[in-house]
Amino acid sequence: MSTTDATASPSALRRALRSKRFVFGGALTLVISVFVVVGPWLAPHGQNEVVGAPFSSQGLFGTDYLGQDVLSRVMYGGRSVLVIALLSTVLGMVLGVLIGVVAAYAGGWWDEVIMRLNDVMLAFPQILLALLVLTAVSQPRAWMIVLLVGASHAPRVARLARGVALGIVSRDFVHAAEALGERRSRVILAEVLPNMNAPLLAEAGLRLTYSIGIVAALGFLGFATDPSAANWGQMLNENRLALSTQPWSVLAPVLLIGLFTIGTNLTADGIAQLSQPGGGE
Amino acid sequence: MAETATLPEPLAETPPSQRRHGAAAWAAWLARRLGLSALTLWLVSMLVYVSTSSLGDPVRAIMGREYDADVARRTALTEQLNLDDPLPVRYLDWLRGLLSGDLGTGLASQRPVSEVIGPLVANTMVLVVIAAVVMIPVAFGIAMLSANYRRRRPDAAIQVVLLALAGLPEFVTGILLVALFATTVFQVLPAITLVAPGSTPWSTPEAMVLPVLTLVLAVAPYVSRIVRATLLEVLDSDYVELARLKGIPERVVMRKHALLNAIVPGIQVIALQLAWLAGGVVIVEAVFNYPGIGNQLVQSVRDHDVPVVQAISMIIAAVYVGVNLVADLLSILLTPRARTAISS
Amino acid sequence: MTTARTGAGIRVEDLRIVLTGRGGGTDVVDDIDLVLEPGEVVGLVGESGSGKTTVGTSLLGYTRAGAMIESGKVLLEDRDVLALPWQQVRKIRGEEIAYVPQDPAAALNPSIRIGKQIVELMELRGLGTSESRLADARAGLEEVGLPSDDEFLRRYSHQLSGGQVQRVALAMAFMPKPKVLVLDEPTTGLDVTTQGMVLRTMAELCRSHGVAALYVTHDLAVVANIADRVAVMYAGQIAELGPRERIFAEPSHPYTRALLDSIPHLSQARALSGIPGRTPAPGARPGGCRFHDRCSVAEARCAESVPELRTIAPDHEVRCLRAGEIGSWDISRGTVPDADPSKAREVILEIGDLEVFYGAKRVVHGVSFDVGRAETVALVGESGSGKTTISRCVGGLHREWTGRIAFEGQELGKGSRKRSVDERKRVQYIFQNPYLSLNPRLTIEQIVKRPMELFGIASGKEATERVVDLLEQVALGPAVLRYQASRLSGGERQRVAIARALAAEPDLLVCDEITSALDVSVQGSIVSLLEELRLQRGISMLFVTHNLALVRSIAARVQILNEGRVVESGSVVEVMDRPREDYTKRLLSNSPRID
Repeated sequence: MSTTDATASPSALRRALRSKRFVFGGALTLVISVFVVVGPWLAPHGQNEVVGAPFSSQGLFGTDYLGQDVLSRVMYGGRSVLVIALLSTVLGMVLGVLIGVVAAYAGGWWDEVIMRLNDVMLAFPQILLALLVLTAVSQPRAWMIVLLVGASHAPRVARLARGVALGIVSRDFVHAAEALGERRSRVILAEVLPNMNAPLLAEAGLRLTYSIGIVAALGFLGFATDPSAANWGQMLNENRLALSTQPWSVLAPVLLIGLFTIGTNLTADGIAQLSQPGGGE
Repeated sequence: MAETATLPEPLAETPPSQRRHGAAAWAAWLARRLGLSALTLWLVSMLVYVSTSSLGDPVRAIMGREYDADVARRTALTEQLNLDDPLPVRYLDWLRGLLSGDLGTGLASQRPVSEVIGPLVANTMVLVVIAAVVMIPVAFGIAMLSANYRRRRPDAAIQVVLLALAGLPEFVTGILLVALFATTVFQVLPAITLVAPGSTPWSTPEAMVLPVLTLVLAVAPYVSRIVRATLLEVLDSDYVELARLKGIPERVVMRKHALLNAIVPGIQVIALQLAWLAGGVVIVEAVFNYPGIGNQLVQSVRDHDVPVVQAISMIIAAVYVGVNLVADLLSILLTPRARTAISS
Repeated sequence: MTTARTGAGIRVEDLRIVLTGRGGGTDVVDDIDLVLEPGEVVGLVGESGSGKTTVGTSLLGYTRAGAMIESGKVLLEDRDVLALPWQQVRKIRGEEIAYVPQDPAAALNPSIRIGKQIVELMELRGLGTSESRLADARAGLEEVGLPSDDEFLRRYSHQLSGGQVQRVALAMAFMPKPKVLVLDEPTTGLDVTTQGMVLRTMAELCRSHGVAALYVTHDLAVVANIADRVAVMYAGQIAELGPRERIFAEPSHPYTRALLDSIPHLSQARALSGIPGRTPAPGARPGGCRFHDRCSVAEARCAESVPELRTIAPDHEVRCLRAGEIGSWDISRGTVPDADPSKAREVILEIGDLEVFYGAKRVVHGVSFDVGRAETVALVGESGSGKTTISRCVGGLHREWTGRIAFEGQELGKGSRKRSVDERKRVQYIFQNPYLSLNPRLTIEQIVKRPMELFGIASGKEATERVVDLLEQVALGPAVLRYQASRLSGGERQRVAIARALAAEPDLLVCDEITSALDVSVQGSIVSLLEELRLQRGISMLFVTHNLALVRSIAARVQILNEGRVVESGSVVEVMDRPREDYTKRLLSNSPRID
């Protein structure tokens, strides 16, 4: 079946670059990430600097409800969204993969209990879990959002990771390692996990997409971690009523959030396609 | 692993044991599933109670800066939330109330919670049901269209659009739709839902267009993509190949052989998305100020109105558990293999 | 129903099928000429990658996605199936040319009842009334030896056993009374007794209905029992075509001969040999004679000129430049003496009163036997006999058992984690499917080296040198060191798995059906490799298989299992030449054989 020459199996990266989805999504993600990271240095004004009357047409996008420069706030406001989304994605992936793989590998009674508890967590839509805890909190902090969004990802990641891992732990090379008497931790780390790379990477991309959405949504709903700082989600909340008079104060952050999630989602799907047999299009 | 029991003579191969539709087996299955659902809901209730009332200090959250000044109100609130009792006692009291239909008194309105959210539940249900009714045929239609053009240009184009939509957070879709149809580009639809007291949102149908559209755009891409993937998998299966090699017309292959086997995964993804809708409405209702439980939830979280938040959370979780139960039941009824496994 | 029809058969002329898309134009099959007469069964034999299934479905004017028919004709009476408009092709399918699929369990629609599925085509075509169709369905099921009552018609495919499913597929194919039947490895995965039954049913139906049948298979032994004529395919072309008797008595293509040399016999042990190299994939096939690079009698001109099919005797055609110059062939070539039953034995593995459970279900009942040093003991049985289960208990892969498994007098624990390092090292297990038993993320070097590191045999550079040595012993070059398993063929992977087992320097190898996922020529070379290892290193083997002929060539002693019990045991010569139990006799009589 397979051929022996080296060109037959090009590196994963080279194959990835052949997928239009991956290239386009990746480029979009990269461009917006760069904008988010360097934006604060290039912004014409400070994020809390009042430059004119509220909702005036000063500057490229005008001013917001307090008379702050919309463009500058847009350039500042991606950072916290991106950082919190990234951290909560990492947290959710680590927790979820751990839970899922252990459940699949342990099997039997353990698996049953872990997945049953997982079902309980799944009964909450992701945003609801965050809202529940914020009910009893006077001022949300960034670490809380990271924790809550990460925790709401974990059961979903766990379910996927368990499914993928079940397909692997039943394969004979895992049994072979068991028969040799390899340590359980080594079986998981050296035999099972490396074979889950592609689906987990795709899931991470998907989770990042959702993280951005949820973190921004929390800001939009008025649960910002720092009420005065610029934040894309929160900007929507602040300027919402001026959508008809000062559209860019709302549309600029909305479009950035939208493009960012489209980028990460396309990237994730590009990765997922690669992990399928005969990948690419 | 279907292993034949004895092989004395191949002709007399023992067929798998006679399977009858044992009503008892079905009852047992249903009882087990109901029991599991109840168990899940019970654990959910603990999670809801603990996270709303013991992770933070609700009284401090409610009173803000007045916490130190207004000792009398502090005592009153502590009393109302029974915060002096130990956690298990408070939880059991609350659970007892929940089971007997007494959801407590809202802190913000000082009215019984059931009175506050009762009418809102109906509003939200109408919104979700309309969205689901619109979404299902649209999603299946797109999936079949896409599968028909499998892996050719139109299919690829549809998939990219669906992917882009699937990535968009629902408030982004909602705000863009408002900008497009209500404020900035055209002014043909209302941007928010205004409902006079005593009236219902569906008495002004044009106000429901954008919320429904937002929900459909948020959910249909997922359903569509999964149904397409399932359809393609079925179309690649050996039994579809055999049907073609038997000379069955393509139209019949699609309808009888392919769709029949793609419908179960379809049901499951719809269930998942309906359950998601129950949560997705939170944000969509907030965008359009739609008078439903989602909007109320956001409002109550801002007000730290613990009893209302608890009640609405339980409703959303119960919807999730219920929808899943129904989906499982339907999947089993529509999958012969699973169906006969239960009644045997 | 049983009156013979005089169809005209079917004729394939100069068929060429190529790949589409990237690598387009590369031929999958080329230059295929084949005639099927009415009432005749033609066996189309080839190893994986030979293009035999592609030829099979092309008779129905069908190719799988990624391939297309470039040229040629498929003549049914006067009509060219490949040139007809597709509406007529569809009408011909099923009604005139029927197809029996490889894996009927996957090919029957899981959500349509058997009774409905059988009559589906006739119903769509409006043939007969609903009563007559029902009567036909019942008659058809009875013809293939299945029940025809309402209860059976109401079943779904998952409620049938493997043999029953295959017979339903047969009944379904015969229902519209086709003139031509294409059977694509229809008995793969069936037990020998069931396979025997299906084959007899099929042959009988073809003859009584005057159907021209093409039987596509990888198994020459099956063909030897049912076909009138045999076509041997290699690398997309027919290498040899002739009447069955001539193919098995006077094979004239070196490839046919090599294939026959790799098949074990039931009547006598043989030194099996394989064919070196691997079957080339489309696009990687050599110029000149496509077999020349693996041929033992190739000359320089074989690499240059392309051989045509030549008639060397009536009805006997061979695609070989040297046909007729390479001497005669004898079926008993390679025969060796059977293992000596009276040889003294030193017991190394002892199994006493073994009972194995899956949960509450007991699947093995009080099995006892032993294995001597440097001896191969075969565990033989059909699916569900418990043979693999027993081997898994010995290998430490299954924990739920009671009884005694002792290695050199020392009782082994239940499961590998309850065994000492030394015990784990000295008992090595080789899995059935080499596509699943090697971690696709690791290199061959890492895979083979790991047991050495784990058991402290060697490490670092020394270990790498040992890996090279081991790979050489299993006939793999050092080039594969840095490969991942996905770049190796099935046979090569199984060699790596054997090298991994040898790396632990074991005294006992537990081999679970290790050749059943491989082509027969690859099986031949793996078996000869194992035999060499046994003689050189004095390794004992517990060899699990369903293939009795293979047992004759590889084992000294045999345990015949049925439903978790040992039915008969003893030396191979004794059990196979003078079976005492009915079960053993039935297994022997149903095993396909070429000798």
